[in-house]
Amino acid sequence: MSTPYAKLPGWADYGLIPLINLLVAFVVAGFVVLLVGENPFRAAVILVEGAFGRGQGIAFTLFYATTFIFTGLSVAVAVHCGLFNIGTEGQAYIGGLGVAVVCLVFDSVTPWWITFPIAIVASAVMGALWALIPAYLQAKRGSHIVITTIMFNFIAASTMVFFLVGALKPAGSQAPQTRNFLEGGQLPKLNWIIELFGAKIRSAPFNVSFLLALLMAWLVWLLIWRTKLGYEMRTYGHSPKAAKYAGISETRIIIIAMMISGALAGMMALNPTMGDQHNVAIDFVSGAGYVGIAVALMGRSHPVGIVLAAILFGALYQGGAELAFEMPAISRDMIVIIQGLVILFAGALEHMFRPYIQVLFASVSPKSMGMAAAKGGGG
Amino acid sequence: MDFFNIVIQTLDSTIRLSVPLLLACLAGLYSERAGVFDIGLEGKMLVGAFAGAAAASVFHSAFIGLGMAILISVAFALVHGFASITHRGNQIVSGVAINFIAAGSTVILGQAWFSQGGRTPALAPNERFEAIIFPGANALRGVPIVGPIYAELISGHSVLVYLAFLAVPFTWWVLFRTRFGLRLRAVGENPAAVDTAGISVAWLRYRALICTGILTGLAGAYLSMVQNGGFVKDMTAGKGYIALAALIFAKWKPVNAMFACLLFGFLDALAIRLQGTPLPLIGRVPVQFMQALPYVLTVVLLAGFIGKAIPPRAGGVPYVKER
Repeated sequence: MSTPYAKLPGWADYGLIPLINLLVAFVVAGFVVLLVGENPFRAAVILVEGAFGRGQGIAFTLFYATTFIFTGLSVAVAVHCGLFNIGTEGQAYIGGLGVAVVCLVFDSVTPWWITFPIAIVASAVMGALWALIPAYLQAKRGSHIVITTIMFNFIAASTMVFFLVGALKPAGSQAPQTRNFLEGGQLPKLNWIIELFGAKIRSAPFNVSFLLALLMAWLVWLLIWRTKLGYEMRTYGHSPKAAKYAGISETRIIIIAMMISGALAGMMALNPTMGDQHNVAIDFVSGAGYVGIAVALMGRSHPVGIVLAAILFGALYQGGAELAFEMPAISRDMIVIIQGLVILFAGALEHMFRPYIQVLFASVSPKSMGMAAAKGGGG
Repeated sequence: MDFFNIVIQTLDSTIRLSVPLLLACLAGLYSERAGVFDIGLEGKMLVGAFAGAAAASVFHSAFIGLGMAILISVAFALVHGFASITHRGNQIVSGVAINFIAAGSTVILGQAWFSQGGRTPALAPNERFEAIIFPGANALRGVPIVGPIYAELISGHSVLVYLAFLAVPFTWWVLFRTRFGLRLRAVGENPAAVDTAGISVAWLRYRALICTGILTGLAGAYLSMVQNGGFVKDMTAGKGYIALAALIFAKWKPVNAMFACLLFGFLDALAIRLQGTPLPLIGRVPVQFMQALPYVLTVVLLAGFIGKAIPPRAGGVPYVKER
């Protein structure tokens, strides 16, 4: 009786159910659009066209997706180890500190292809260190990681403000941000890849950190499903007791998983800073860490799913910007609602439609469900 | 006398700043004591603030505003219940979702209805909860020491402030002296035992969440109808999370919760007062340090360095009836 629901075929579990959840989220969002007094279908068309209609839109979509791949992977790695890392937001923000220091020191000295690897390491280390304390407290002191990581998000925000209005701000400037990075701190754009397909792009911040994000997605897949460490993490995630019985050190596995998660979060900082704004400004993460939760949920914590979900959310961001332009009543906050609804239906209410789908499957092909039901104990 | 006045003023703003924290903290107390984690305090406060200010300005009545704030906030609490009690979803995820939906919808609807960039119209005095002046407060103001304390600290707050502080003994009484409170605490520690006694776990938890919704509604109404004459985008600004921190700091006890909220409110008031002024011995304290202090203190507490914070045992675990 441990599993209340019988098993569905894999494609239904990983494809159909997330799709239905997503659809419901969008239907509810449509009602909000209706409430505001706009046509939801026209809004949907504008959104899709804005995200994928032109080369410009695609480039922006992929730019946002890059950010969300990092944060989504960060959340997913922790989830595989049974940890809920809400601190992705703060870890990414602190990752920006690493980027800032590296770029301010090296950008006048080295070309981007030397600065970039150093910045990758710095941002990852900063993110990992920021995750270390909550991880240590969870492992050694039993403090709930959800609460400590939330607290660390706020501490991170205060810390970054402290540096950005103080040490990192150029003298005489009022804006709470670093000076602009020189050539050596700017990542090259990847817009030419989209232009290969004949699209025209005026200017878009789509840059090489997208490739880093894809590399990280592959490495996370490798880690989780092809290494001993990943196996241990999944074991601990499934059953801490079993892991302990198998001789896996609880402290070690929690700390390693959280530090990897924090490192991935920290790397997110590269994309908006070196890739787009060419400085580190206050609040540059602006909720991307929380979007990572939605992305990981939608992508079922699998790197392929995460990349797809990140592109979906990237499209929402880009399409949402177009939507705000076309329909003044709908600002970009509409995207925040959609995110919330996706998190609600794909995350918290993920089991809501499952019984109905199981009934449906049972009536369409009773044989397959009969076997599954027998295995699951008729739940 | 000048120093004394500064102290009085700081304490006065401590009270004002800790009221929303206190209401939200007590809100969290009901739900977490019943075994339902609630990250969504922030979001429920925000929708409460919006609904309160919007209804008050449309119907020109503070009380309709308050009612609407509570109603909408309870509705969001019930969504949390639907996801985490009925469908046994992840309570943290559900809370995060509620915060997102609240942050987005308040701005979208505010812009659509009032076209003031997500704000609600500024509330007229009769649409807000005005300060209540206690009898003799103005006459006594001249009396040294006692006068300012009575006139500034005790008198001159809105009805919601007194309500918030009365909610502390009331919550204590409900939790520790009534049958409902006993069951509520039991369902947070050992739901199976409550179920065995023939009491519905789900219904009990739903009722706890309704209490949470009422209190977050009050907290939101305080923000938009007392502290600030109208709703402003993202006006909760992390107060829901500070309330959560205060709840842990208070070890899930109502009276402690009041002191924790007063402490965090005091830190906030101090941060505002000390902005830029150097302290003797320490020198200038960065504002950011003061702002981060409640969170740092909570982490230190969670780490078990100042006593141990032990949450309700069944917290965060959806209840599955054994068959």
